[in-house]
Amino acid sequence: MSRKEKFKTAMYLFMSFLRIGAFTFGGGYAMIPLIQTEVVEKKKWITDKDILDIIAISESTPGPISINAATFIGYKICGFWGAFCATFGLVLPSVVIISLLSMILGLIESNKIVQYAFNGIRAGVLALIIKALISMYKQCPKNLFSYIVLALAFLVVAIFDINVIYVVIGCGIIGLVHSLIVTRRNKNDIS
Amino acid sequence: MIYLELFLTFFKIGLFTFGGGYAMLPFIQEEVKLHGWLTDAEVINFVAVSESTPGPFAINISTYVGIETGGILGAICATLGATLPSFIVILLVARFYEKFKNSKIVSGCMTGLKPAAIGLIGTAVLTIGKTVFFPTAVSLASVMTFGFVSSLVIFALMFVLTMKRTHPIIIIALSAALGIAAGFIGEAV
Repeated sequence: MSRKEKFKTAMYLFMSFLRIGAFTFGGGYAMIPLIQTEVVEKKKWITDKDILDIIAISESTPGPISINAATFIGYKICGFWGAFCATFGLVLPSVVIISLLSMILGLIESNKIVQYAFNGIRAGVLALIIKALISMYKQCPKNLFSYIVLALAFLVVAIFDINVIYVVIGCGIIGLVHSLIVTRRNKNDIS
Repeated sequence: MIYLELFLTFFKIGLFTFGGGYAMLPFIQEEVKLHGWLTDAEVINFVAVSESTPGPFAINISTYVGIETGGILGAICATLGATLPSFIVILLVARFYEKFKNSKIVSGCMTGLKPAAIGLIGTAVLTIGKTVFFPTAVSLASVMTFGFVSSLVIFALMFVLTMKRTHPIIIIALSAALGIAAGFIGEAV
């Protein structure tokens, strides 16, 4: 790619992800169909199979799935500046919209009706999060090891109030050690 | 310095959240409370705001916490902090991604991280439930109040609707309307 082409591609990525950031509600997976239209169907820069890989990698790296996917796609198409433009485009609408909104929220927060509305909304949000929890649980492998880690992570934070970061690191290590033991055992069984 | 604090806090959150979206919630609750930036109720209110505005939840909430505590520059620092770990890690992974994809170490860690994320969101549900149903203190007396009963009714209704795949924005609008109605009924009772 020549310099001029590269610049054009990076600008296209910026504009595409700006649109995606401005029109996706809920982030993460809600973004995938839009990515498909923008970079798979319109430009054919990547394929549908690439999209599956990108989702898998975004899930197994830290950070928001949407940011991971934007960075990855940008990099794959146009290197560092592609990654930069895609990610910047994705983030920009959020920053602008939320900044404006926080000013409005600050003005109406103390209003009685707004407070009543938020009392109701909090109960609704609880329902939404439990729904998200249930769908995550459905996608999680169902075996004894998963259940133990799930319960452990929950109890350690809920009862002993241990820092969430230590729990994440700990569970990652436990998962690794467990899977290594399982592989070794299977190997021994075969031989 | 508030800007550096915002940047580092959200960098940490971005670096250790796997699964995106609500998986970030327990981290945010913990950090935001630790620094005294927002109350539990404010965090939940913002979840609703974020669901009703476009953009990723993680970016929305980092911008919000940033702007509330440090103005526009605070918003930029917090959002940069939340984004940078993803950006750096993906740039590293993208170079040898075939290797990463087939790595036994990565998939091994994920067998622990996936269930852990669910357990951790469970703790967020616990905190949110407490804020919704027992805003002042967990006690038997508060179960008898109008506020508790109305929250329970709204929650139950919304839970049924959300399991029927009603759009989150409709859930939020409906629960806002019911909340306003409950508020005025509560005044009259």
